[in-house]
Amino acid sequence: MTAATVTATPPTRTVRVLRRLGEWAPALVVFVLVVGLWEGLIRALNVPQFMLPKPSTIVSVFWTQRHSLWPAGWYTFREALGGFAIGSGLGIVAATVVSRFRTAGKALMPVFIAANAVPIVAFAPIFGAWFNPITMQSKMAIAGVLCFLPVMVNTLRGLQSAKPRQIELMRSYAAGELEIWRRVRVPTALPFVFTSLKVASVLAMIGAIVGEFFGGSLDALGVLIFTDAGVFQFDAAWAGILVASLLGTALYGAVVGTERIVLRWSPETRGS
Amino acid sequence: MSVGSPDRSVSETRPDVVRVAGVTKTFPRGNVTALQEIDLELAPGEFVSLIGPSGCGKSTLLRVIGDLVEPTAGSIAVNGKSARQAREDGDYGIVFQEAVLFDWRTVAKNIGLPLEMLGWDRARRRKRIEEMLALVELSGFADHHPWQLSGGMQQRVAIARALAFEPALLLMDEPFGALDEMTRERLNLELLSIWEQTANTVVFVTHSISEAVFLSTRVVVMSPRPGRIAGHVEIDLPTPRTAETRDTPRFFELVTQVRNLLRGQGEHLLPEEEALG
Repeated sequence: MTAATVTATPPTRTVRVLRRLGEWAPALVVFVLVVGLWEGLIRALNVPQFMLPKPSTIVSVFWTQRHSLWPAGWYTFREALGGFAIGSGLGIVAATVVSRFRTAGKALMPVFIAANAVPIVAFAPIFGAWFNPITMQSKMAIAGVLCFLPVMVNTLRGLQSAKPRQIELMRSYAAGELEIWRRVRVPTALPFVFTSLKVASVLAMIGAIVGEFFGGSLDALGVLIFTDAGVFQFDAAWAGILVASLLGTALYGAVVGTERIVLRWSPETRGS
Repeated sequence: MSVGSPDRSVSETRPDVVRVAGVTKTFPRGNVTALQEIDLELAPGEFVSLIGPSGCGKSTLLRVIGDLVEPTAGSIAVNGKSARQAREDGDYGIVFQEAVLFDWRTVAKNIGLPLEMLGWDRARRRKRIEEMLALVELSGFADHHPWQLSGGMQQRVAIARALAFEPALLLMDEPFGALDEMTRERLNLELLSIWEQTANTVVFVTHSISEAVFLSTRVVVMSPRPGRIAGHVEIDLPTPRTAETRDTPRFFELVTQVRNLLRGQGEHLLPEEEALG
């Protein structure tokens, strides 16, 4: 009948690997070009080391100081991870409450929206005072607050995105609110939730590092970057930024990977 | 495709599947009277189309029968029960203009959704899903996701889902309204074939006069503001109905009859959004 749409045979493994490589090739080329240009220009123009170190210098410092950089990175990563888990978790809980109880929503949403406009990073020194600034908790608090709002707002939108017809269909099956929630609202919200978790994963790392700029354990990456830059050790600061980027990317990648597994059914995550 | 024709003479003793008595529905917003004093009975096995201009309340009437909209006054009985009881007992299946399939479920699991909710075990579900896929000629698409199917195929899945738990009554709200003419005519024939096999009673909302005449045993013409029933046209076209049925003189006579009834009502009114979809 109208079967012409979906009769292609699945591609073989090698074809799929090649296709993946093909997808990544342009990004890889751009990356190599940028780094090459960076290195070449600094050598050609004799840019002083303190303004912008060469990529090769950064990488060599990254290697020689790996025994202090990675533990510091791991320390900060755990702060980010804690903040991510707490902030996102509370965001999802808050969205659930607001979507289920309309009066709660009316009372809370304006507050959340107003809070969204506050530059939360500005609270970093205050959180340092609330919690002991040396502890991880103060950084988790900043990371958590940064994660909370995007997750909460997106999850709420997701929970409210079920189409009226879908609800009518469920009601025709005599489904109660809880069943509609479980079978329709939650699956509909999941793509929204993952979009916000991707944003939050990046914000968590930013929150943790910025928090450390206002004081923290000497083992922390943010403190390391801050002090290195303070004593003109810019190559070391850049190496610290490299570690932060790698860890941030890893957290982001973990969220994307989870999304791929959970949203297997979605045409977007299938990439087809 | 031809359609078999079992004996469809309506027995006097069997109770009506649908009995709507004096139903009025006003929407408080804008004080719209969507339905006024509607009386309608459907005998078992009838295929009744509701047709009328936008705003005549035909979709609202369908939803009142399905207990998805509560009437302001009047009573509805489905299978001799209250509309609420009938809904809770799974006495009807419903199909909308959009297929309303769940993207996170495969075709098979979409069809199985009402069965899951009725607590059927896995083996029983699987067997019924296979039967339904065969009925709508989609065997082999069980593991596809809805977005991999064409609009016509999606709507066939929706029909399979609505019929999976063998409801006595099938409610259809412009089910083919969003499809192209070719697909629509093919699905009309398929729907008739399914109807012959399942002996359902059908309420079918449509904008298309020829579709209503082609499918139905009776066409109910409605008029807007307030929504009322303007008249009934018994469709005595012989069964089985085929693509050629549309070329017979009787078909044209009946189309004209329905059109004249519609013309008497509100054709001068500009088309407007219905109160409900």
